[in-house]
Amino acid sequence: MNTPTDLLYAKTHEWLRQGKGDDTVGITDYAQSALGDVVFVELPKAGRKVVAGEVVATVESVKAASDIYAPITGEITETNPTLSADPGLINREPYGSGWLFRIQADAGKNHALLSASDYSSTLSS
Amino acid sequence: MDKPISSSPLASCHAELGARMINFGGWNLPVEYSGLLLEHQATRQAAGLFDISHMGQIRTQGAGALAALESLLTNDPAKLRMGEGHYTFLTNDQGGVIDDLLLYRLGPEDFLLVVNASRHQEDLSVLRKDQNNRALFQGDPGTKAGMALQGPRAEAILSKLLPAGETSPLRNTLKESQILGIPATIARTGYTGEDGFEIFTSLEDGPKIWRALLEKGKPMGILPCGLGARDSLRLEAGLPLNGQDLSPEITPIEAGLGFFVDLSRPRPFPGRAQLEQAKINGARRTTIGLVGQPKQAPPRHGYPVFLSGKQIGEITSGVPSPTLGYGVALALITNPAPACGQDLEFEVRGRRVPAKVSSRKFLLKK
Repeated sequence: MNTPTDLLYAKTHEWLRQGKGDDTVGITDYAQSALGDVVFVELPKAGRKVVAGEVVATVESVKAASDIYAPITGEITETNPTLSADPGLINREPYGSGWLFRIQADAGKNHALLSASDYSSTLSS
Repeated sequence: MDKPISSSPLASCHAELGARMINFGGWNLPVEYSGLLLEHQATRQAAGLFDISHMGQIRTQGAGALAALESLLTNDPAKLRMGEGHYTFLTNDQGGVIDDLLLYRLGPEDFLLVVNASRHQEDLSVLRKDQNNRALFQGDPGTKAGMALQGPRAEAILSKLLPAGETSPLRNTLKESQILGIPATIARTGYTGEDGFEIFTSLEDGPKIWRALLEKGKPMGILPCGLGARDSLRLEAGLPLNGQDLSPEITPIEAGLGFFVDLSRPRPFPGRAQLEQAKINGARRTTIGLVGQPKQAPPRHGYPVFLSGKQIGEITSGVPSPTLGYGVALALITNPAPACGQDLEFEVRGRRVPAKVSSRKFLLKK
């Protein structure tokens, strides 16, 4: 499984790329592989305030609908506009053009995210 | 469940193929190999090979076998000719479905029941409830290796492995034959809406036949397929899943499968009076087909269904159809049922999504 070292990870298989302003969130290579071919994505509205651990999106494969959790507390600033037409981007480029949404972190809130190596060690082989 | 998890006799094959395994009805079985969509498409266009070793086999042999089955099953076993099989139900006293199964007639007083893994033990206890029937019904779980070869190329693949001059069985019949010289029971049936075969052999010989079918089928596009594709294929074909579309609280009439309840014979069977009433006067509920739209949230098991804003039932099985590109579902609703083409809605995560009533046969015949 591909787990880039420059990202932070939630135990629930979301990744977070810290930016200068807001941060970008997607699901990991492990998660997209376990889920299978993604056929539908439901994303939060920009402007929604979310708390870390809250369900913010749903990713559906033929097999099942899977909840996506906010990795940090903050406000949704943008969602990936290309996913509704091509949800398979999540499978093909989970860390790239298959990103789900951007979030502006609340100032002063500490996060409990994992490094790439700590996340990898949570995955059963 | 305190049952230990059973391992398939084909487990070594699945490990070689790198399958993702899950627990299904107490069995450790492959859910996916190369990917659900690829496996689904291979079965529709070429062939798929599925492990069905969890499917239970119960043999009923000896004087009184036919009479016992006539008093227990909804379809009339007396109408089966030798070698022929049909779909039938084991019902409770209310007419609810304990199990749906395939019944094959091997001889005048010799039958084979192929049952759902999760209901196998209960089936045995129901079938043996009558003292006189106790010795008639034999067959514990996990005694055979089973595989389903399904798809338009299934017959071409199987015929390469049959003895010279031997033909494959006809639709809905079963025969004892050999594959690669190994004794095997071959039935022409399946759970995908495609032509195909269900093959049963000894636990030791299972892997040899599995590997040979994959090897012979390779140039024709065969793929090993998991439970994921098995579910999407059966639902596109409008076939019910026990535990979702069928249960002890749902009768065959409510499931839209009254065709397999034969009331033309005199002998009673459990729930006959209730089923007869429902056939004559109509049942309280019925099962409809429901289709969603492309790019909309797909229908899933348990979602409520609405007609003109009023809840009329719920989805028992739903899936985004890989072949059609939109969601298809079976929904158990209160009668009177709306007509095909009628607009409906189902609720997904608090939001209403548009749908239409459809035939339960979602695929057009090729």
